[in-house]
Amino acid sequence: MDDGITIALTKGRILKETLPLLATAGIQPLENIDRSRKLVFETSVPGVRLVILRGTDVPTYVRHGAADVGVVGKDVLLEHGAQGLYEPLDLGIARCRLMTAGPAHWQHTGGRVRVATKFVNIARDYFARRGMQVELIKLYGAMELAPLMDLADLIVDIVDTGNTLRANGMAPLDEIAQISSRLIVNKAAMRSHYRAIQSLVDQLAAVVGEGADADA
Amino acid sequence: MTSVDRWQLPDGIEEVLPGQAVPVEDLRRRLLDLFRAWGYELVIPPLVEFTDSLLIGLGEDLELLTFRLTDQLSGRPMGVRADITPQVARIDAHSLGREGVCRLCYAGSVLHTRPKSLMASRSPIQLGAELYGDDSLAADVEIIRLMLATLDAAQLPAAYTLDLGHVGIYKAVLDAAQLDAEREARVFDCLQRKSRPDLREALAGVEAGCADAILSLVDMHGDESVLARAREQFETFAPAALPVLDALQDIAEDLRRQRPQLSIYFDLAELRSYHYHTGVVFAAYVSGHGQALANGGRYNGVGEVFGRARPATGFATDLKAMLSLLPAGAPAAGAISMPDSDDPALVTEVARLRGAGEIVINCLSSDPDSRCDRELVEEDGQWVLRSLAP
Repeated sequence: MDDGITIALTKGRILKETLPLLATAGIQPLENIDRSRKLVFETSVPGVRLVILRGTDVPTYVRHGAADVGVVGKDVLLEHGAQGLYEPLDLGIARCRLMTAGPAHWQHTGGRVRVATKFVNIARDYFARRGMQVELIKLYGAMELAPLMDLADLIVDIVDTGNTLRANGMAPLDEIAQISSRLIVNKAAMRSHYRAIQSLVDQLAAVVGEGADADA
Repeated sequence: MTSVDRWQLPDGIEEVLPGQAVPVEDLRRRLLDLFRAWGYELVIPPLVEFTDSLLIGLGEDLELLTFRLTDQLSGRPMGVRADITPQVARIDAHSLGREGVCRLCYAGSVLHTRPKSLMASRSPIQLGAELYGDDSLAADVEIIRLMLATLDAAQLPAAYTLDLGHVGIYKAVLDAAQLDAEREARVFDCLQRKSRPDLREALAGVEAGCADAILSLVDMHGDESVLARAREQFETFAPAALPVLDALQDIAEDLRRQRPQLSIYFDLAELRSYHYHTGVVFAAYVSGHGQALANGGRYNGVGEVFGRARPATGFATDLKAMLSLLPAGAPAAGAISMPDSDDPALVTEVARLRGAGEIVINCLSSDPDSRCDRELVEEDGQWVLRSLAP
């Protein structure tokens, strides 16, 4: 078997913040990812490849072993589950919060609350833990619009600065989870490429200041 | 339903077609022969049983995986087996009731309500071997050796790694830590994902030495050096882990005596089947295949619900998963076409050829079957083989 490893990265903001981390660990794409239309990139380390994916696809690639390692937001792991994966490292990048939000001064007046979200599993769990039966509406974008158009009462969404919420007359309510990007590893790859992957994990851990308290 | 989608099978339920079915069956026979040669007796448990016996002792995962129905004769709930191991445990504990060591093996279809892992079949063909009545490491080693021999016999193209662990290490550490149930459940979840950041969060407020010991479990995987690391780490905090580490070392040394090249990966915090295993756990991983290809471990005491607690160790694999890793088989040697005739000489010759393992196909009134590369023709009163022009 080849000794190379394939790293699946989440495109967008997470990618931008991941590349400097990888560079510190000595891994740099040989081409400019922004300017290329390619999806697979060789790197300065022979045998290490990068593939650029949508966030929700990253765990799928890694779980199947199509990629050995991945970088993905914790929100995706919470929503789609992390069964069959290791998530050894919090990279501390692309930080944001997963929150409930609603029209400013919204109050629960009884009855079933309608919640619009991309994160239906997280939302169901969250409200269930509070003893609330909610009606979930799965949307793929622009959650803020749903309460405005009276499609939903509340939304569950990623909140960074909160500006989009405020611009639409809404306010963040409760924090569900702190989100940042995680390094995930395929279980079989952890065994077959133990050295390569563990050294990558260690290097990245050193960069983000994690794991120093572990074994000597 | 339109006639257009009548052919559709449920998700994760597949049929095995010619070309694939022969290698599956070949593999099944080869592996059952291997088990027989090792002294494991074949049993054929039923497809359905009362859930009372089917869902026993092997963890809650099994309940969710099992299709249920009601027995119309007795009104009792039945299940379609999702795992054959509990059935074999019942056979050992109750149906056979032998004293001493009992070695059993089986192969058969099981049905899962949902895929056990992504892309997994919902109707795997489970094949496995179980050894009852012996609580020694030698029994564990025998089962692991048989599992490795099984993988060898399957002639997988990729190298495999043996995963070794022991539920006693996590147990010793958590017993020493004495966390409350809720926190322990969180620790368990984080350790399964080897998530150091989440684990650290789950341990917030726990006394430092204790938290360190639990956190160290995240990194207790890799080559043999983890055993030494674990010894040092747990020597004072969880001395109950030390004999367990010795046992793992002994098993590894035992296995290496016969297979010096064997790649062994220790994972002291592997909790995949923590809720029903009681000792050594092991699995075989093949590079490029995300799930363990075969796995097993010690599960003492399962027979207790059937009246007899027996030491037990065993392993199982999925024939379909195994086959998916094998290169497409070379096309089988060609068949022989015979004319549709009752000529006694022909009948005798065909019987001889079939007895010798050849495939002889009656060509009826049409052209020879496309698999045929030879045909039987009569020459001077003798039936002889002649090559068929392609």
